[in-house]
Amino acid sequence: MAEFTLPANSVVKEGKSVKADPNAKNIKRFVIYRYDPASGENPRTDSYEVDLDKCGPMVLDALLKIKGEMDATLSLRRSCREGICGSCSMNIDGQNTLACTKAIDEIEGDVAIYPLPHQRVVKDLVSDLTNFYAQHASVEPWMKTDSPTPPDRERLQSKADRAKLDGLYECILCACCSTSCPSYWWNSDRYLGPAALLTAYRWIVDSRDEATGERLDQLEDPFKLYRCHTIMNCTTVCPKGLNPAKAIAETKKLMVKRRM
Amino acid sequence: MMNDLRTPLARVKGLGSAKEGVSHWWSQRLSSLLLMPLVLWFGFSVASLPHASHEQLTAWISMPAVTVALVLLILTVFFHAQQGLQVVIEDYISVHWQRTTLIVLVSFLCLLLAVIGVIAVLRIALGG
Repeated sequence: MAEFTLPANSVVKEGKSVKADPNAKNIKRFVIYRYDPASGENPRTDSYEVDLDKCGPMVLDALLKIKGEMDATLSLRRSCREGICGSCSMNIDGQNTLACTKAIDEIEGDVAIYPLPHQRVVKDLVSDLTNFYAQHASVEPWMKTDSPTPPDRERLQSKADRAKLDGLYECILCACCSTSCPSYWWNSDRYLGPAALLTAYRWIVDSRDEATGERLDQLEDPFKLYRCHTIMNCTTVCPKGLNPAKAIAETKKLMVKRRM
Repeated sequence: MMNDLRTPLARVKGLGSAKEGVSHWWSQRLSSLLLMPLVLWFGFSVASLPHASHEQLTAWISMPAVTVALVLLILTVFFHAQQGLQVVIEDYISVHWQRTTLIVLVSFLCLLLAVIGVIAVLRIALGG
C-alpha cells in the first residue's frame, strides 16, 4: 500500500530550541527538521531564533547563519545561492522550493523547513536523489541522430523550432517538482516523475533530434508516463516557473497523434 | 533493496517500457465523453420517473431508443469504472501480487455487473 503514516522510527519529535541574543529586536523562528540515520534516533525538529537585522533576506541566508553561528551540526546542500544550481531545494513553509530564492519576509510566522518529501534522508535537509538522477539519465537527455553531422556547419534549427524549447531547457534538476507529486511519492520506483518527463519532452520536440519515435516508445508505459494524473503540484512549485504538467500533457497528445 | 546490487539506472529501467498505456488513457477519455450525455439523460429521466407505475416503467424501458441508450449507458459505465478503478489500484497498491489480484477481481466484477444490467434491460425490452 501507499504509506500514509510514518513508521515508528520516523515519527518526528520536538528537539532543542536555540534562543537569539536577548538584545535582538527583529527575531524570526526557524523550525528545522533534523535527522541523522547513523545515530539510531528518531528525527526531531530543532528551532532557532534568528536576528533578521543581522541576516540576509533569503531563507538560505538564515540557514547559513544558523549553521555558521548557532549550530554547526546542521547539514544542507547549497552552492550558487542564485537559483541556478538547484542544490538547496527543500520544503519551506509547506512547499518545495529553493532556499536561495525564497525570501524570509514572504513567510508569516515561524519558518518550517523540511527536506524534500518522500525521499531517503542522508542527513537533516540533505535528501538522497540517486533514483531521481537515474530517472533523468534513463530518458537519455542528449541529441540522438542517424544523419551524420554536417562537415561544415552546425545542425540547423529554425527560430520557431528553437522557441519550442523555451520553458523546457531551463530545468535545473532541483527535484522540487517530482518530490511534490503524490503519484511520485507512491510509485517513484516506476513512475519517471515530472522532472524526467519534462526533460524527455525537451528532446522529443527538438527538431534536430532524430529519435522522437524511440523516445515515445520508451515512455509509453502505464507507470513511466501514465501515473501522471494532472495534479499539477509540479507546476505550482517549480522555482524556475516551468510547466512540467504541460510537457507531460503534450507527450500524451503525441502518443495519441501517432496512432490516429 | 538491501541485497539489490543493481545500479540505480538498471533499477529505473527495470523491465523496460510496456509499449502500452495510450489505449487505456485514450479510451478512458472517450468513454467519459460518451458518459456525459448518457448520464445527463439518465439523471433527468430517473428524476421524472418516481410517479410512474411498474407498467409505465417497463413500457418506458421497452421503447427502442430507451433500450439502446440504457444498454449503451450500462456498458460504458462499467467499462469506464473498470478503467478508473484499475488506475486507482495501480496508484495505491504497491505489492505486485495484491495489485494484480485486485485488478483482475475488479475487472471480473465490472464484467459481471455489466452483463447483469444488460440482460435485465433486454429481458424487459424483449419480454423475456
